[in-house]
Amino acid sequence: MLTKRIIPCFDIKNGRVVKNVSFLTNQRDAGDPVELARFYDEEGADELVLLDITATLENRGTMMDYVQRVAEEVYIPFTVGGGIASVEDMREILKAGADKIAINSAAVKNPQLITDGAKRFGNQCIVVSIDGKYNRSKGDWEVMIHAGRTATGMSVIDWAKKAESLGAGEILLTSFDQDGMKNGYDLKLTRLVAEAVHVPVIASGGAGKRDHFYDVFAKGKADAALAASIFHFKETSIGEVKAYLKGKGVPVR
Amino acid sequence: MIAIVDYGVGNLRSVHKALQTVGFEAMVTSDPEQVLAADGVVLPGVGAFGDAMFYLKQSGLLDSIRRVAKEGKPFLGICLGMQLLFSTSEEHGQHVGLNLIPGHVKRFKGDFKIPQIGWNTLKLERPSALTAGVARGDLVYFVHSYYVDPLDRGVIVATTDYHGDVPAMVQKDNIMGIQFHPEKSSRTGLQMLRNFGELVAGRPAKGALV
Repeated sequence: MLTKRIIPCFDIKNGRVVKNVSFLTNQRDAGDPVELARFYDEEGADELVLLDITATLENRGTMMDYVQRVAEEVYIPFTVGGGIASVEDMREILKAGADKIAINSAAVKNPQLITDGAKRFGNQCIVVSIDGKYNRSKGDWEVMIHAGRTATGMSVIDWAKKAESLGAGEILLTSFDQDGMKNGYDLKLTRLVAEAVHVPVIASGGAGKRDHFYDVFAKGKADAALAASIFHFKETSIGEVKAYLKGKGVPVR
Repeated sequence: MIAIVDYGVGNLRSVHKALQTVGFEAMVTSDPEQVLAADGVVLPGVGAFGDAMFYLKQSGLLDSIRRVAKEGKPFLGICLGMQLLFSTSEEHGQHVGLNLIPGHVKRFKGDFKIPQIGWNTLKLERPSALTAGVARGDLVYFVHSYYVDPLDRGVIVATTDYHGDVPAMVQKDNIMGIQFHPEKSSRTGLQMLRNFGELVAGRPAKGALV
């Protein structure tokens, strides 16, 4: 039986893993990406996600360097995102040893990038990352880009479906409302998206305790769950979360 | 020396590094001569079936691959590389494969998540040198939307359950295929690559059904 995945996420700034609370405030240092990658591989992480949150051109060199070093250290798949805007960027990062590419703002601005990437590297390589924020007046979740600074007016569910039809192999869905709050994933949004698309959905934003993982699989219908600070700051471990899930009948590795 | 065939796409470094980690000399190459001269060949792969066959033909690699396979040298296809071993594929139209193992490559169909992405359990169906030291129920990492359907079910070494039994490993004499990514499957995957390396080195382990 296919197991549910637990994925630690590294937000990387200037070559260091940092953790933001609600994106751009209260940053804390969580360590060296290569050391952390090795640690999580041994701990039983199913995959890793590395997001360069500075994602500037000057940082591209640093990014390639740690992608290569992480690739040397781990024997599990990892996804790299942040500032990837062309098929050429994708090729470079895959060549450096990444298994998948996450694209976010660039895909919104140029949806053709999803198709071009999928055609060249296969759908499974292209993870479309969507940041969603609840819009009370609309009663719907809206796609945010530029790390939440820009609202697009697009519905998260519509965009997820479109991304799938364009060739996305997976959707990485982050709840902007829940991210950094540690009071659980956005179960409603996760479930809506997971049921709207036929590709796997990775839920992100809000993990604060073990129960939250159970909820996002059992109620949110997610295929994988992403978390950062809860693991980085050792509030729980991947082993503990998996043992707990196993006890509740959720298949895990 | 193990040749890892480079046909233009994908993460080849991971396979290379994994083989080195388990103690074998390997090289990534797109040179047909080097493929011919190797003691064993790995055909890795991500990307699309048709493009891969097109490139293999254009680059002259196709003839080398066929010759190496015919000579009886250990030959391992991984993921798309496994699918290429078969006769035809329906990935974006009809395409002809290497036809080293008769059978077809089909797309998953049904009301479930496609691609299959993640760790799934192995059910060992018959002994193979590749599965020495691997136990029933060990987990490995899959990423695929297409699966192989061999004409002779006897070639299936292991299956996995994804809305039905899906061939996960096949073997016909020296021709072997792995649908998941051993280079991304932690200890279990490394053990299989070690087994392949031992085969290439002429020291095949006796595969056990556990």
